[in-house]
Amino acid sequence: MTIVADSFVVPERRGTAGRVSDFFWRHPHVLLAVLLGPPLIWLGIVYLGSLFALLLQSFFSIDEFSGLINYEFTLATYRQLLTEANLDIILRTVLMAALVTLASAVIAFPIAYYAARYARGKWKAVFYLAVMLPLWSSYLVKVYAWKLVLAKEGILTWFFAKLNLLWLLDAWLSLPIVGGNSLSISYTGTFIVFVYVWMPFMILPIQAALERVPATLIEASSDLGGTPAQTFRHVIFPLALPGIVAGSIFTFSLTLGDYIIPQIIGSSRLFIGQAVYAQQGTAGNIPLAAAFTVVPIVIMGAYLWMAKRMGAFDAL
Amino acid sequence: MRSEKSNRAPFGLKIAAAAGLAFMHLPILLIFLYAFTTEEKSYQFPPPGLTTQWFAVAWSRPDVWAALTLSVKVASIATAFALVLGTLCAAAVSQTRFFGRETISLLVILPIALPGIITGIALRSAFSIAEIPFSFWTIVLGHATFCIVVVYNNAVARFRRISGSLIEASMDLGADGFQTFRYVILPNIGTALLAGGMLAFALSFDEVIVTTFTAGQQSTLPIWMLEELIRPRQRPVTNVVAMVVVIVTFLPILGAYYLTRDGDQIAGASK
Amino acid sequence: MTTAVLFDNVSRHFGAIRAVDRVNLAIAEGEFFAMLGPSGSGKTTCLRLLAGFEQPTGGHIEIFGETAEGVPPYRRSVNTVFQDYALFPHLSILENVAYGLMVKGIGREERRKAAEDALAMVKLPGYGGRRPGQLSGGQRQRVALARALVNKPKVLLLDEPLGALDLKLREQMQEELKSLQKSLGITFVFVTHDQGEALSMADRLAVFNDGRIQQLGTPEEVYNRPRTRFVADFVGSSNVLSAKLCQALGLNAAFASLRPEAVAIAPPMNGALSLSGTVASHSFLGATNRIVVDVGVDGARIAVASPAARGAPAIGSPVTLSFAAHDLHPMEDA
Repeated sequence: MTIVADSFVVPERRGTAGRVSDFFWRHPHVLLAVLLGPPLIWLGIVYLGSLFALLLQSFFSIDEFSGLINYEFTLATYRQLLTEANLDIILRTVLMAALVTLASAVIAFPIAYYAARYARGKWKAVFYLAVMLPLWSSYLVKVYAWKLVLAKEGILTWFFAKLNLLWLLDAWLSLPIVGGNSLSISYTGTFIVFVYVWMPFMILPIQAALERVPATLIEASSDLGGTPAQTFRHVIFPLALPGIVAGSIFTFSLTLGDYIIPQIIGSSRLFIGQAVYAQQGTAGNIPLAAAFTVVPIVIMGAYLWMAKRMGAFDAL
Repeated sequence: MRSEKSNRAPFGLKIAAAAGLAFMHLPILLIFLYAFTTEEKSYQFPPPGLTTQWFAVAWSRPDVWAALTLSVKVASIATAFALVLGTLCAAAVSQTRFFGRETISLLVILPIALPGIITGIALRSAFSIAEIPFSFWTIVLGHATFCIVVVYNNAVARFRRISGSLIEASMDLGADGFQTFRYVILPNIGTALLAGGMLAFALSFDEVIVTTFTAGQQSTLPIWMLEELIRPRQRPVTNVVAMVVVIVTFLPILGAYYLTRDGDQIAGASK
Repeated sequence: MTTAVLFDNVSRHFGAIRAVDRVNLAIAEGEFFAMLGPSGSGKTTCLRLLAGFEQPTGGHIEIFGETAEGVPPYRRSVNTVFQDYALFPHLSILENVAYGLMVKGIGREERRKAAEDALAMVKLPGYGGRRPGQLSGGQRQRVALARALVNKPKVLLLDEPLGALDLKLREQMQEELKSLQKSLGITFVFVTHDQGEALSMADRLAVFNDGRIQQLGTPEEVYNRPRTRFVADFVGSSNVLSAKLCQALGLNAAFASLRPEAVAIAPPMNGALSLSGTVASHSFLGATNRIVVDVGVDGARIAVASPAARGAPAIGSPVTLSFAAHDLHPMEDA
């Protein structure tokens, strides 16, 4: 023990590092600025700036003859957005997103419930990985896998044939709207792939919400005479709802903006994402593309506001 | 009696959960089967025969290698950016109190909360307004933007677990800010950063939506796959590549899981 | 005697909250000083002001004659034993103890020896290779102590260091801390909410409430002559006699404290004061019975600590209380 401090204040020994450290300690706001500066420049200026510039362009219009952007404030592009054909696209996309969200919740709930309530120890880890791996695996590979599954000569047709149920498949495909020439070019196919790709995002928030329900609460309900169905209806489901809403933020938002799935598996009718892609690409109408992106932003804004009021953010 | 009863799952629940998990996994397993099929022209099931010849074919394809190399490069550099920016942001949010902290969290999450097409098209139009030509760096910029949140989430969760008094203890014992960072903070958040970095890598490696807007003529592996999906040229090669992509993304996810399993779960719910 | 710590009208306000409000205090070198008070009374903030984790919003702090404001924690020759011990989970016990020496640039061999000596001093020789997670609460507490003391601080700060230990261990550590402090001669500033701990260990103590010092003095002074009603209640659960009751006893009309041990259930002798009343309740406390007597003036009740051997009178029975006038201590405020 050789350190014998003669003075209460230990002298500076570390040169520049020590002096810089002292400076930051005396001026914590400078330190905060140094920490926050780079990410804020990146996200706040580059990213938000880009978003803002895009939204601004929705108030410009395109000159129909020259195809050049007319940089004057106008609502003409929004009038163009609200034509019947475009409203059709919006309605179709929102309806699809809602159905996908509903189906995702139905499929995800039992998995989340089992993982939260019954899986213990090693099984808990297995469940977690079994959810995480598909969640994180490549989006395109997942879409591609369904192209294999839904192909006319693929496994699904083979499976139906083995069960002698091909007539059922054909009957379904002959239905209006949901049907089509084959599953891979029908709304049914688009729907299945959407559910497949976005459903995993629903599981973990529901599981997190359910794990916060103490087991004693369920015992209390049955102790008070509640049947399992009543317990589920009046205790478990209301408490899991914030988790479902939190998960639905992802399934809804991601379906709303997707343009690749309906392009690869689906009928030729457009979704919002495809419309945006087509407008900015081949049509070169950036203002209309920008106006189209406002639609999911507004819908998601309203959705997030509602979710926040329901306390769904605590389940994220 | 009751506790025993409530510890056993109802049969219906077991079936529903098992069916749900099967729905999630079977299509991916199918990819592995198709990588070995002898059928070239269609997606015939069951495969007429099995072969490993497509691995050799894929191996000798320069376009696959070029796309793979580009993807690895983009993912590495985007991850590096995301690590620095996400850690800085997490440190600021969890170690200091300032007005607007909530807003920062929202700002970080925004690039993945909004549909990818919006991020993509916004960046694309910004590049064209600023007259920045598309390049390797425009792809990296787009990827880093949405990778920050993964690192941030992991780092924030770990920062929360370091008790505030550890940092105070270090300073109390005579360590200045840099020494405290090096000897106390870094060792404690290291595995969380590694996990976040791995997830960011996986996220960047298979991102396609933003990339289609921020890449010029270059094609990353997902772009290559997308082209194959829209206009199939050689299906067996695509099958092999799909299988390789599955494996390449699984490894960092498993790694991230093992690095963070003692504590909080990896912040994967908000990919 | 050198003044180790000086608080000159020190305040620490967080917005409208006055965590510490105009505190004046002088602690002598080598003193074992306790800061006693309920949670939120400002005692911990005072400790943090000394460690340098907080800066005063008003007033002036000196440590060994040098200004403390603006000196970062890592430049203060002051070390802290944290309430949760704050051992570094990623370092071994030896590395934990040697941490302060390591960041000061002391050579590896020298700091290993110093850390081993410090561990031996807290009776944990040979524990250096373990991890904090492998030690019990009491052992972690000793490591935290060794980690602070190895730096030979001019002042050692202890923030509720015994709070997490069970009773037996706490009593043992109290004695060890006391003798360690005496042998090292380092100034200890000890924060606690446990009045028994403060009374038994400290040379002097300050009782805190609402950010202010209520009373400063030796344990005997504070216990026997509580200056305010808060101190009387918080330290040793004295009886507080209202002004009206004092008047009824023929004394000045002022609040006064009376310790339960100073009261006897017996007729008054040679000029002692007396009150009569009925027994409201009694409880057995081991060596003594605590008997609460309703004296019928102002609704006042007086607790009596009576030797258990004497037994307890039945509830409702009339009794006479007697006590000496000099045991009745007038207090400053209500």
